[in-house]
Amino acid sequence: MAGRTMIQAIQDAIATALARDPRVMVLGEDVGKNGGVFRATEGLQERFGEGRVIDTPLAESGIVGTAVGLALAGMRPIDEIQFLGFIYETMDQLASQAARIRFRTQGRCTVPLVVRAPFGGGVRTPELHSDSLEALFLHTPGLKVVMPSNPYDAKGLLLAAVEDPDPVLVLEPMRLYRLGRMEVPDGFYTVPIGPARLAREGEDVTIVAWGPTVPIALEAAEAAAAEGVSCEVLDLRTVSPFDAAALTQSVEKTGRAVVVHEAVRSGGVGAEVLAAIHDGAFYSLLAPVERVTGFDTPYPPPAVEDLWLPTPARVLAAVRRVMQA
Amino acid sequence: MRTYSWEEEIPAHQVLAPDGSVVGEWPESLDDERLRSFYRWMVFARRFDQRALTLHRQGRLGTYAPFSGQEAAQIGSFAALEKTDWVFPSYREVAGMMYHGLPPEMALLFSKGHPDAGKVPAELNMLPGKIVIAAQILHAVGAAWACKQRGEDRVASAFFGDGATSQGDFHEALNFAAVFRVPAVFFCQNNQFAISVPVTRQMATPTVAQKAVAYGIEGIRVDGNDVVAVYAAMCRAVARARAGGGPTLVEAVTYRQGPHTTADDPRRYRDPQVHQTWVEALDPIRRLRLCLERRGAWDEAAESAWIREADERIAAAVERAESYPAPDAAEVLFGHVYAEPTPALAAQRAGFLAEQAEGGANGWPGAR
Repeated sequence: MAGRTMIQAIQDAIATALARDPRVMVLGEDVGKNGGVFRATEGLQERFGEGRVIDTPLAESGIVGTAVGLALAGMRPIDEIQFLGFIYETMDQLASQAARIRFRTQGRCTVPLVVRAPFGGGVRTPELHSDSLEALFLHTPGLKVVMPSNPYDAKGLLLAAVEDPDPVLVLEPMRLYRLGRMEVPDGFYTVPIGPARLAREGEDVTIVAWGPTVPIALEAAEAAAAEGVSCEVLDLRTVSPFDAAALTQSVEKTGRAVVVHEAVRSGGVGAEVLAAIHDGAFYSLLAPVERVTGFDTPYPPPAVEDLWLPTPARVLAAVRRVMQA
Repeated sequence: MRTYSWEEEIPAHQVLAPDGSVVGEWPESLDDERLRSFYRWMVFARRFDQRALTLHRQGRLGTYAPFSGQEAAQIGSFAALEKTDWVFPSYREVAGMMYHGLPPEMALLFSKGHPDAGKVPAELNMLPGKIVIAAQILHAVGAAWACKQRGEDRVASAFFGDGATSQGDFHEALNFAAVFRVPAVFFCQNNQFAISVPVTRQMATPTVAQKAVAYGIEGIRVDGNDVVAVYAAMCRAVARARAGGGPTLVEAVTYRQGPHTTADDPRRYRDPQVHQTWVEALDPIRRLRLCLERRGAWDEAAESAWIREADERIAAAVERAESYPAPDAAEVLFGHVYAEPTPALAAQRAGFLAEQAEGGANGWPGAR
């Protein structure tokens, strides 16, 4: 065990995967000599060689498309897309190819591919470096999407993704990369893809969050506790397929829910969470479910992004509303 | 100031002139028996294509993309591959895919919309024909890379048309293949049209082959209606890849004699006189027949026997395709989205089955 930041846990996960499975290769822009723009692959090319940790040409569709071919032919590629906003360049390869080859061949061919991408706001980046695009991929059958909120889950989910027989997107909240340390086991372990994590137990309101909004939800829960409101915080961890059973179970207990995500509101994963609550816990509801999200605009420039992002204050306000309903 | 431009017109490599005479270097490995087998395959493919169009008109086959006119390009190129090599075709490669080992009824099932058409025989490293243009070129690069990584004696081939050369994935694929020097072969059938758009609107360069130069790989331009030249070019590209010499881009200049698919009318966009020349004087099957005649390896009796044999094979394939078991809808829909069904998929499958048991999606009273 060692105290690690999320980025160190991710680096450790990739090193663990490379060491235990000769089929694993790492592909991306600047992942080799430079060790990745966030240092997720620091020292790995030196340790595993240029044949396995590969600086590719600057072409996202090429990175994913060649990895689809590698995976079809028996390798276990881990792609890094430098920022999630650049993933639009790969949409055909991800959504029409990687996600559908199993279905298209009725199980004859499979694409065990991992695509990692940093995302999320609050770190003052240029345009298209901060966007939360998970909903696009929840809407893509054949893909799985995990979004860790802490170092332990980041390592365990990434290793589970490498083991998974299907393509998995690992979306890493940049703001949490170096925000605190956590005990993370050395060596191999996995966090299963699918189950949500109960991040805080409570009685009155369920706050549903994933990735970068989990610390915000926890902060709001703490503030609500001071006002006498007991909040449960459910960290989805996996956005596709997400854990509707855990969600239902929690809302059946609390009768109230607030969903928090950074992505734009309309058509966001939050809407699907609402639908799942409606399907599974409608008769337990004591108040309409609230959403705290980004606005329906492109991700804004740094000078105004703090006004756009969900904050603990906004979450707390939503908690108060559902309590007063 | 020194500037760069490309002015040299690369002539297409030719071994057989349209009259069947030999005008280029004969590939060593090609004897009369092999040549006759190419011919028989091309005759089979042409008759298969015609039969498929008839089946479509009769309402027995869905959308079908004919390849008539491209038989030399497809048989000649696939003949240079080993059965263990990786093959990433587009949807118009049916002649080549059947040559490589795809049962003809599978090609028909594809156009009948049967999901099992995606199950290419497990002993082949071949994917189903790609629908999205150019996506498969990158997959070939990845598979070639895997072969190199594991020290396997295999190459990966990508098949595509002239339209694909406008896509970003084509360029990214050639560049990746060149940078990592993977054993890939890129085979472009320049059949003059992407649906209705002529190749002169796809690119301002006179050839596809010259694009190889910009990526630092070898390009070959070959007469795509000359099966001997195509075979020779593809053998060179495959041998080079297998020997670690890196990727090659082969452009086969050919012509799509029919429509893009059964859904369009090519008279709207092609020149009748140019068309006439391609389907008569430049027809690939005619050319090979003339060559075989000159070598004393063809006669009317053999031709009749080959046609009869082809028609019997096709009839048997049609029979197998038409008597093929209907798909198990629940398994097709829900069985292969992921290795293990998600909770949502499991619930949807159960709901679907319950609905089917109650009379199906049309089971409302008014439908009865």
